[in-house]
Amino acid sequence: MPDINYLNDLVTQVRRDILRQVHKVNSGHPGGSLGCAEFLVALYQEILNRKEDFSMDGNDEDLFFLSNGHISPVFYSVLARSGYFPVEELNTFRLLNTRLQGHPTTHEGLPGIRIASGSLGQGISVAIGAAQAKKLNNDSNLIYALCGDGELQEGQNWEAIMYASGNNIDNLIVTVDYNKQQIDGSTDAVLPLGNLRAKFEAFDWEVIDIDNGNDLDSIISGLKSAKEKTGKGKPVCILMHTVMGNGVDFMMHTNAWHGKAPNDEQLENALTQNPETLGDY
Amino acid sequence: MKKYIDSGKKDTRSGFGAGLTELGKSNPNVVALCADLIGSLKMDDFKANHPERFFQIGIAEANMMSMAAGMTIGGKIPFTGTFANFSTGRVYDQIRQCIAYSDKNVKICASHAGLTLGEDGATHQILEDIGLMKMLPGMTVINTCDYNQTKAATLAIADFDGPVYLRFGRPKVANFTPENQTFEIGKAIQLQEGNDVTIVATGHLVWEALQAAEVLFSQGISAEVINIHTIKPLDAKAILESVAKTSCIVTAEEHNILGGLGESVARVLATNNPTPQEFVATQDTFGESGTPEQLMDKYGLNADAIYKAAVKVISRK
Repeated sequence: MPDINYLNDLVTQVRRDILRQVHKVNSGHPGGSLGCAEFLVALYQEILNRKEDFSMDGNDEDLFFLSNGHISPVFYSVLARSGYFPVEELNTFRLLNTRLQGHPTTHEGLPGIRIASGSLGQGISVAIGAAQAKKLNNDSNLIYALCGDGELQEGQNWEAIMYASGNNIDNLIVTVDYNKQQIDGSTDAVLPLGNLRAKFEAFDWEVIDIDNGNDLDSIISGLKSAKEKTGKGKPVCILMHTVMGNGVDFMMHTNAWHGKAPNDEQLENALTQNPETLGDY
Repeated sequence: MKKYIDSGKKDTRSGFGAGLTELGKSNPNVVALCADLIGSLKMDDFKANHPERFFQIGIAEANMMSMAAGMTIGGKIPFTGTFANFSTGRVYDQIRQCIAYSDKNVKICASHAGLTLGEDGATHQILEDIGLMKMLPGMTVINTCDYNQTKAATLAIADFDGPVYLRFGRPKVANFTPENQTFEIGKAIQLQEGNDVTIVATGHLVWEALQAAEVLFSQGISAEVINIHTIKPLDAKAILESVAKTSCIVTAEEHNILGGLGESVARVLATNNPTPQEFVATQDTFGESGTPEQLMDKYGLNADAIYKAAVKVISRK
């Protein structure tokens, strides 16, 4: 198990990767990416039972599905730094002929990706399908999914949420990136999500909160307690309270950086706040 | 002229059900998903025999399509079942992103296609589905003509690696292709050999094309009839070889003239051998309530319409 100092260093390095990727092509989604850096580092370094060699079927290992595909910069960085493909390839983010498409896809064969995402609201359904396949294969490993909070405005999620509890999909942990921001403003301003805990509970899910979704210890203990709730007949939801743009002061607590890249000066400022730890690509 | 015998009218959806039943026994990776239409899709047998591999999704087609994509991860071969309308237009983005773009081995099996579902009316009679599905990169599109062929196609697509749209219908229609035939995806079948006109038909209109050819034959016109069960990939070679003899062509389909088989054939001809073509298809319209026979007559999708189109296209040579 990596020590917490290493993981914190990795988070800082992932933030640099996110910022440098979007800056280079002047496009992409840094806000949500920064908000989920700790979660994805914790998941891939501490929680997932995963094999070194990527296979699409992913038998006998845990699987992760990213529903909010626009946070591809953090996903790519964590995948690369977890050994799925060379870190140098982050240089190709969003460039012509890249495997690192604007939104993640299997189409170019990037190891670590099992489904395209980006058109929102579909990831929980995919994760349920994979969870059913695991059960059919008598594979006791778990399925993890991450979705955005604003994404829950898509109706398909609620079809999936109803299905999962009605069919005892208890090998599934869905984490909601609960940053209360979306591209047009706060979720309250755009379309209020209401009481998400009450909603998931009304659909008969187990719900736990991670109060500080940008703290590695909180995330790891939250994921571990979620894991303990699996196998008991109910799907598990984690409401993970995060700050969009976390780790870069001028990007925090606002939706302004949902889908905007920093300019040269802003990048320098942001990188100064996150000094190089494990080496830039 | 070859004789084709109707061995007794049967619905193509029952051919699908029979194929699925056989797959249940022969292929342990086949799983079936249905959105509250088990009886309509004839999935009862599979459900009864393999309850652990049958998934009732409820009236939630978007969830069904994305779930099917997820089930391929781990090696399952999902067959989804609902009406053609709810298999395509309703869930286009789910199919596009999760199945086609992600190249997942999902078989989208769609019943009640076209006008012949009858009395339910236009809300359920999709005439745009072939166009929608053939436009998706990597999607194979199949429209079978009778019970036996639908059963054979159901078996064949399980052995094919990649996303497939399999389109069939509700009414009982002539069953005239061989029992236990081998279905070759993408390979057109010549049903009648002829020299004066080529008739390329798909789905329910293949039988109608054979009837039209008999009438033409009685008038001294020799029609070549080709059953194009696979619209994508299209058997361009078969079409070009035929028009090289006949120099004119009629396409016939239970689908909108825009986006269907006819346009795919026209593209092949325009780029290889420009040839006079007449289209038997619906004319950019929605359907309506009525019996299948009434609707096929009103919208010009029967043997008589194919006969008239053949006479017309021959005059344009």
